[in-house]
Amino acid sequence: MEITFYVASVIAIISTLMAITRINAVHALLYLVVSLLSVALIFFTLGAPFAAVLEVIIYAGAIMVLFIFVVMMLNLGEETMRLERQWLTTGIWIGPVILAAVLLIELIYMLGAGATGSALTVDAKQVGILLFGPYLLAVELASMLLLAGLVGAYYLGKRDHGEEEA
Amino acid sequence: MDYGLLVAAILFVLGLVGVLVRRNLIFVLMSIEIMLNAVGLAFVAAGSRFGEADGQIMFILVLTLAAAEVSIGLALILRIFYSFKTLDADTLSRMRG
Repeated sequence: MEITFYVASVIAIISTLMAITRINAVHALLYLVVSLLSVALIFFTLGAPFAAVLEVIIYAGAIMVLFIFVVMMLNLGEETMRLERQWLTTGIWIGPVILAAVLLIELIYMLGAGATGSALTVDAKQVGILLFGPYLLAVELASMLLLAGLVGAYYLGKRDHGEEEA
Repeated sequence: MDYGLLVAAILFVLGLVGVLVRRNLIFVLMSIEIMLNAVGLAFVAAGSRFGEADGQIMFILVLTLAAAEVSIGLALILRIFYSFKTLDADTLSRMRG
């Protein structure tokens, strides 16, 4: 099980390096999604399956979708179709696809081996008991933080008539 | 698994380099996400070293922080783009109130 950890770590570092050196934001986002998926696999090998699931759902799912929405909103216009065709050439998506395929092979190997990674697996039940026991105040504070984020994003995202006076 | 902390440190440094080098605001925000993700990886690695669930709790809190931060940051980026028609941080530093 050690080898899966090392392979996932190397993929995480390579894809992060590619993500911060791309010129185009969409290409960088493709590599960033692969990086987050490989970190999720690292969590799985470290014996934290609940954190791995949250990483895939929230980071690679919600946050990356938010980024892609904003990137797409920023270049609306006539040339969007042409840019779309130009961005999705084979040379662009073959890199993230190869890295993601290696991660998939690794995941299938781990599922086939029937192991959950390390010997010390901390499952969701232990996390939940601790989360709503001693850490209850932290959960309340996190909910207040999310509420503040919601209100702030609503206020900032509202387009008023005079943009200059904003 | 001390190598988990090593990977977290490398990812954090990569995110820091991204923040310092890139001048596009979207890339700066993406690099901040990379750094927060590396911090979460460090927490989970430390928690799994001792077999405790506290590391994952801290990861969930970091995740909450990242979600709130990215929503506010992207709303600000949209606002800046509509007002100034650019996302270059050097151009925006000449902004006058």
